[in-house]
Amino acid sequence: MNIAVCVKEVPSATSQRRLDPGTKRLDRSGDSEPNPFDVHALEEAIQIRERGADVGEIVAVCMGPGSAQRVLTKALALGADRAVLVTDAALAGSDIAGTAYVLAAAVGKQDADLVLLGQQAADADCYVMAAAVADHLRRPLVTQVAELRLDGGTVKAKRQAEHGYDLIEAPLPAVISVSDAINTPRLPSIKAIMGAKKKPLETVSAADLELDAARVGGDNARSVVREISPPPAKSEGLRIEDAGGDSAEKVVAFLSEKGLI
Amino acid sequence: MAGLLVYVHHDDGEFSPQGLGLLAKAAGLGGEVTAFVAGSGIDDGWAGSLGGHGAAKVLVADDAALGGLSQPIVDALAPTAAEADAVLFGAGVVSADVAAGLAARLGAGIACETTDIAMADGGVVATRPALDDTVMVESGFSGGPGIVLARANAFPVREGASGTAPVERVPVSVDDWSQRASLTGRETAEGGGVDITEADILVSVGRGMGGPENVQLVEALAKALGGEVAATRAVVDAGWVPYSMQVGQTGKTVSPKLYIACGVSGAIQHKVGMASAGTIIAINKDGNAPIFEFADVGVVGDALAILPKLTELVAARKG
Ligand SMILES: Cc1cc2nc3c(=O)[nH]c(=O)nc-3n(C[C@H](O)[C@H](O)[C@H](O)COP(=O)(O)OP(=O)(O)OC[C@H]3O[C@@H](n4cnc5c(N)ncnc54)[C@H](O)[C@@H]3O)c2cc1C
Repeated sequence: MNIAVCVKEVPSATSQRRLDPGTKRLDRSGDSEPNPFDVHALEEAIQIRERGADVGEIVAVCMGPGSAQRVLTKALALGADRAVLVTDAALAGSDIAGTAYVLAAAVGKQDADLVLLGQQAADADCYVMAAAVADHLRRPLVTQVAELRLDGGTVKAKRQAEHGYDLIEAPLPAVISVSDAINTPRLPSIKAIMGAKKKPLETVSAADLELDAARVGGDNARSVVREISPPPAKSEGLRIEDAGGDSAEKVVAFLSEKGLI
Repeated sequence: MAGLLVYVHHDDGEFSPQGLGLLAKAAGLGGEVTAFVAGSGIDDGWAGSLGGHGAAKVLVADDAALGGLSQPIVDALAPTAAEADAVLFGAGVVSADVAAGLAARLGAGIACETTDIAMADGGVVATRPALDDTVMVESGFSGGPGIVLARANAFPVREGASGTAPVERVPVSVDDWSQRASLTGRETAEGGGVDITEADILVSVGRGMGGPENVQLVEALAKALGGEVAATRAVVDAGWVPYSMQVGQTGKTVSPKLYIACGVSGAIQHKVGMASAGTIIAINKDGNAPIFEFADVGVVGDALAILPKLTELVAARKG
């Protein structure tokens, strides 16, 4: 069995995120990292192998600009066996529908029985990619999985919805998105970081994937940003830095001033 | 079918309030609004009651394959949706999966986390707050129906809704592959215990508390304040505390006088369940955490170190 993990490049948590007022797209010039939710997906792939399933290879797949190579190198250090970067000027500005189409095409070429994604993207807060990819691949889907078990050729998953937990089974090949509580991702060792450079990282273009050019890129996006504007004004909160270790006193002073204690 | 189509999800014989709220919003936009209900053994009278919430007409897809998972619903919905100007979805796990599957099926644009909808230049425009709600983004659609997925609790349900709409059944054909996943069981919240929606003071535990062994630090503060303990989904999914304590999109919506979030990042799906609290205090060691964007008091520091001291001071004050 082979596992493909989709990994998105997102601005790192510590960077100042902004939309470029010109292009109205996310400014991707700052530091980036693999979408933290996708790191849980990759960790799950590794743990599936460690739990004894016969996993041939784990391949990390990313669509993004050339800079996204960095996040794939991280994926390799974390434990992916090889990586595929789909990068092409023709893909820049693709919307969710376009991106799902590209990812499905890329993943479809990897001979993967199980496709894993994080349940949501940390930059866009959307939780739709897994279901869109599954529809393109015509494969069964389980999203937001908090517990995953492989039983022969069947995935058994537990996921939370609005009423509690659903227990869902699906035969392989399947598409699964995982919750950030499914596991605790490991930190790569120095040796793994060095070793990552020797693992295969392949770059493919839109032409390599035989994509329909009319379905990808900013010009063909079906959802179009018209305007960006500041949010409604709100009052600044009070900020307490715990530097002196006296923040508890300050919180209590605030609470009693507000009559909350 | 031109006009707006609203998919209204239901579970256990109850329509999702997220779908109902969206119907009310859509009805206020001026055009003809059609509701779409999918399931097995649907009662026409029940479906027709969506008229009271704003639907001019209700389409019902009724088939044994429509048992609650998203993929068969996409099959049932796609032919009607392809003809609509826009298809609107309330927030929800299955609802979002249907919206996303449909976007792929139709190659349609999808706008997520929508908090406002308007008509402009003959089409639907969806607005959302983005990047931890620091900027508003307005999106339109081209080349086919637009798909709009709402943020949880963004659109209130019509109060005292009454009235009915005509119901029409649509033919359903479900592919084999979309029926491969199956719902084999359910674990619902156990009854009894505390109802966190009734509490005036909530102290919530997030993954930043490090592990289940530290939940007692939060319990101690809640006790000193005379409040209850709440939690994020990350902590519930990991089994630290029961689901009945969860606040957020797939948990409870609370509005206590005071909400103290400990080691909680402030993800949108958590925020939608507690943003209306009177006063929000956040303790988080990452000065960039999203929760500081909407907390009234943001303490940048280690909750494990701060909580015992805070509990002691509160207890002494109340003494
Ligand atoms: C459809 C859907 C529905 C969802 N529904 C919900 C829901 O109902 N409720 C919900 O909560 N989530 C929900 N989520 C998940 C949500 O997106 C987040 O994953 C979740 O809220 C994160 O929980 P957390 O804040 O505990 O963990 P994290 O996001 O991991 O945050 C932990 C925080 O703790 C801080 N920290 C670490 N150590 C310390 C320390 N020693 N002291 C102080 N701070 C520390 C970190 O800086 C970090 O900000 C949903 C997601 C989806 C896709």
